[in-house]
Amino acid sequence: MSELSIQAAAPAIPGRLRLFWRSFAENRGAVLGLGIMVVLIVVAALADVIAPHSPIEQFRSHFLTPPIWEAGGDPAFLLGTDDVGRDMLSRLIYGARLSLIIGFSVASLSLVAGTILGLTAAFAGGMVDIVIMRVMDILLVFPSLLLAIVIVAILGPGLFNAMLAVVVVTLPGYTRLARASALSELARDYVTATRCAGAGSLRLMFDTVLPNCLAPLIVQVSLGFATAILDAAALGFLGLGAQPPTPEWGTMLSGSLQYYQRAWWVLAFPGFAILLTVMAFNLFGDGLRDALDPKLKR
Amino acid sequence: MLRFLLRRVTLIIPTFVGVTFLSFMLIHLVPGDPIEVRVGEHGIAPERLAQLRHEFGLDQPLWQQFLTYEVQLAHGDLGVSVVTRDTVWNEFTTLFPATVELAVCAIIFAMVVGLPLGVIAAVRRGSAFDYGLMGLSVTGASMPIFWWGLMVILVFSVSLGWTPVSGRISDIYFVEPWSGFMLVDCWFADEAGACASAWGHLILPMIVLGTIPLATIARMTRSSMLEVLNEDYIRTARAKGLSVPRVVVVHALRNALIPVVTVIGLSVSSLLGGAILTETIFSWPGVGHWLVESIQRRDYPVLQGGTLLVAVLVILVNLGVDVTYSFLNPRIRR
Repeated sequence: MSELSIQAAAPAIPGRLRLFWRSFAENRGAVLGLGIMVVLIVVAALADVIAPHSPIEQFRSHFLTPPIWEAGGDPAFLLGTDDVGRDMLSRLIYGARLSLIIGFSVASLSLVAGTILGLTAAFAGGMVDIVIMRVMDILLVFPSLLLAIVIVAILGPGLFNAMLAVVVVTLPGYTRLARASALSELARDYVTATRCAGAGSLRLMFDTVLPNCLAPLIVQVSLGFATAILDAAALGFLGLGAQPPTPEWGTMLSGSLQYYQRAWWVLAFPGFAILLTVMAFNLFGDGLRDALDPKLKR
Repeated sequence: MLRFLLRRVTLIIPTFVGVTFLSFMLIHLVPGDPIEVRVGEHGIAPERLAQLRHEFGLDQPLWQQFLTYEVQLAHGDLGVSVVTRDTVWNEFTTLFPATVELAVCAIIFAMVVGLPLGVIAAVRRGSAFDYGLMGLSVTGASMPIFWWGLMVILVFSVSLGWTPVSGRISDIYFVEPWSGFMLVDCWFADEAGACASAWGHLILPMIVLGTIPLATIARMTRSSMLEVLNEDYIRTARAKGLSVPRVVVVHALRNALIPVVTVIGLSVSSLLGGAILTETIFSWPGVGHWLVESIQRRDYPVLQGGTLLVAVLVILVNLGVDVTYSFLNPRIRR
């Protein structure tokens, strides 16, 4: 009886998730970013259903048809067609799928590789630490786009190689972050305690220390999504990323260079899609940082 | 101070060697033999190939080749362009002023616009202006500048016809290129229209390259100012009865500027990355445009030498920023 009354009297302690959401939702930009992300994910997942046409089908009678609200627009092609008669809207929809896949693969690959490298550097110390961190410093000296260009020049152009290049370019950020937060955790008592209890290095690294380093890494991943999409699009634009007729947004822009001066829509839409996506992930990442990292809270 | 300098300079030596090693490996990792890469697309007889391999020392072990490469670098020999047969160093020094001119103007533009905006947003924290500016700053920081550049051309050059589309100056002017900086050369050339033409060509690339720094600077200035405005000495200054503009500009901004200026100094690397895209879009005859073209022409010695020079430049500028910062803020000197 007395137990029950005590429980009733205590105010409900909100769950961690709810606390997080409350703090996240304070930032209206972050919620907007999340909203755009959800829409993009739905569009990408349902691309086969909602796209009116195939992204690579060429309608020979509809070269450079303007969007529907312009004179000469065709209701079959809401956002117009490109120079070989492909439907812009369908290409943009499939491009969303591609961009999200690029962002996801690049961000998760650099997260995994960077975390392993960073934790190894922090745990091993000595020469291993010095070598890993020096290599990262060297990678950071190159302007990231230039380094990505050089890597693609070595591997050959293509979407997969471009993604690999972006992974290499973004790796130092994750490695430094993982190492720094692991080092600060390593000095704490609970790590010493676990070590005294006889935990091995691997268990210590991944089971004990890593969960406590996750917050900054998660923030970095969501911002890394934005960087990955932007860099892969830039490589596509320079002709080094996805190759035509792949409906990658940057590649679409590079294909529009010959005639964008008389067909603004082939230029405007893909770039706007890139901007919107990158912005959504940046807003979301900023919100995550504010919500997850109390030290930076405004 | 001397110890700090020494340590800082010693630290860049391994980075320097690593960078040269990466650029050395570039030419060896590219598909095909370095000789074939050097002779270009024309092809070559096998006997001549073997002879050339010996001549260039390519039959030696890799580490020996690397040492030879380092010695060459120490003599300033960065290789020869496959396409133009000119030395990489010569080409770089001819094009570099154009990139510097563009980058410096872009940073000045970003500071002149970004600093006041950030200060106003901080002073009027929570106002519509503040929210609007922060929204714009996120947009600017997320901008795919290769698209932004083309949109700007579409609106201002093609539709409105206000500015030229590409290049540094109109063909009808000849300006003696004694400094390499078009604006300076035009100033002394004494041709009425030349300066106007140079500015007309510069303004769009400058805005495009300056967009991301502008967004960053406005945002950083705002948060740095917010921090400083809460300090005790600001309250003291206000309590003394000083006017608000005086407190904000003289007392707060001076202190808020230190982190902002450091970030600007350390952003050389990303600025050069942006210059690659901006120069490509505007056909600006600078280093970035040159590097992109070198890939399309498969001119690997240019890509190798140019990348190395850019990296060395970044190392040196970062060193300069660090040293300057340690003068301004002695606390980090240990």
